Amino acid sequence: MDKAELVELIRSFDSKTEIKEGKQFTEINVPAVNLHQLAKQLNENKDTCFDFLFCLSGVDYGSDLGLVYHIRSTKYNHTVVLKTRTPERETPIFDSVCDIWKTAEFHEREIYDLFGIKFKGHPDLRRLFLGSTWGYPLRKDYVDDINIVTK
Amino acid sequence: MEEQIKDIGIDEKQDYIINMGPQHPSTHGVLRLVVSLKGEIVKNVEPHIGYIHRGIEKMCESITYPQIIHLTDRMDYLSAHINNEAVCLNVEKALEIDIPDRVKVIRTIMSELTRIQSHQLFWATFGMDLGGLTCFFYGLRDREKIMDIFEETCGGRMIVSYNCPGGLMYDIHPNFQKRVKEFIKYFRKTLPEYDQLLTGNVIFRQRTAGIGRLSLEDAISFGVTGPCGRASGFSCDVRKHDPYSAYDRVKFNEVLFDEGDTFHRYLVRMEEMRESMNIIDQLIDNIPEGPYAVKMKPVIKLPEGEYYQKVETARGELGVYIISDGNKNPYRVKFRSPNFVNLSALNMMTKGFKIADLVAISGSLDLIVPDIDR
Repeated sequence: MDKAELVELIRSFDSKTEIKEGKQFTEINVPAVNLHQLAKQLNENKDTCFDFLFCLSGVDYGSDLGLVYHIRSTKYNHTVVLKTRTPERETPIFDSVCDIWKTAEFHEREIYDLFGIKFKGHPDLRRLFLGSTWGYPLRKDYVDDINIVTK
Repeated sequence: MEEQIKDIGIDEKQDYIINMGPQHPSTHGVLRLVVSLKGEIVKNVEPHIGYIHRGIEKMCESITYPQIIHLTDRMDYLSAHINNEAVCLNVEKALEIDIPDRVKVIRTIMSELTRIQSHQLFWATFGMDLGGLTCFFYGLRDREKIMDIFEETCGGRMIVSYNCPGGLMYDIHPNFQKRVKEFIKYFRKTLPEYDQLLTGNVIFRQRTAGIGRLSLEDAISFGVTGPCGRASGFSCDVRKHDPYSAYDRVKFNEVLFDEGDTFHRYLVRMEEMRESMNIIDQLIDNIPEGPYAVKMKPVIKLPEGEYYQKVETARGELGVYIISDGNKNPYRVKFRSPNFVNLSALNMMTKGFKIADLVAISGSLDLIVPDIDR
């Protein structure tokens, strides 16, 4: 299956998903509410079969907080990037994808630790690296007068 | 909290909970494992990490691209050269620079030497974890020879920082080819000794064969890559599937096994050392002439966009994800470190085995803690 067919197939899952061709990978922008459903379909459909989540990153876009999922199919060897974002900065919540890819459990704990993004349905959401008194250091508005030297 | 404990089947009154680490010889660094035991049987292993979390991803946001390279050395210090390469390849890809052939070949040789010395140290410490102290001396003796080659060419022994965007920091030492060939000749003779000492040992086999099985489905779902993934039959060698540097012009086999137990994770690394020597053999006499670096602008600015580059370190797939907003500092850098992901499978692998097996299993994952914490 080539790239165009794959894009067509993913579009058929949900007509509202916005798909564009990035420099390197095909990028799928999905609203936070549809994230879990689309991820499940991408994983379970036997023609897409995205079984390997190899990178999950949190990103602070300034006004929004977002998540970037790099997923690959080990069977067909194609890669897509799933992106989602939320304007909510106080209590950002996304659906956990732990039940689809087990590796997400650690990745999501890391993102919770460093970005303060909560995941609904995560079995054990605790801070991973830092103590409970820390803020969320990878956010752009994080202030640490002692350790961050601004030039 | 109480509900969570019930979910994973831990009986707080009956079970014996012990702390393994942070200062424990077999965790190879500051990794703390909270182990719940029923008698001698492991019921649950909970890794507590972050003891040397330095916030490398945050630091990257306020420094320039050539400076990032020196931080990546400090993540997986046994694959330092390969980590450098990942960042360099990503920057070069973003700027669309063509790298001279000489650089590609030298990078590949150095990467494979790095892989050999990392696997040697794995062999040394794995033997030591399982009670064979002789391995430690043999392994470090041979590793020293590669360290000396690195020292002569790069100046550093472990933290090499030999790559820079656009090529290499300096040309190879005139002795480089001669010493690498000497080492390969020497190590081809010594590697069978490793097998005689440990691979065939009955006690070693009993402690590793069939222990800590990881199925192919779990390996993919947990994202376990590198030698640990390949021992379970997960074909995940980036050098084969997505060749970078000079890997597209050399012939080598991807070492794959189906069993997925501790012994085969060990065996993959032994075979990989042989494959690495084959790769070096094919390249060492054919280093093309030419410049060792491309002239770069003094301030490197990546065009706006997102870039992802993966490489195969000695422990698995390292991904570098850079989001650039066009400035000299990256907007966001994410390192997908192989050790962090491999650690997440530890709990599943150890359940139901004895506590002595936990040492063997975590040893076979070959964890490097600074890479987990970043």
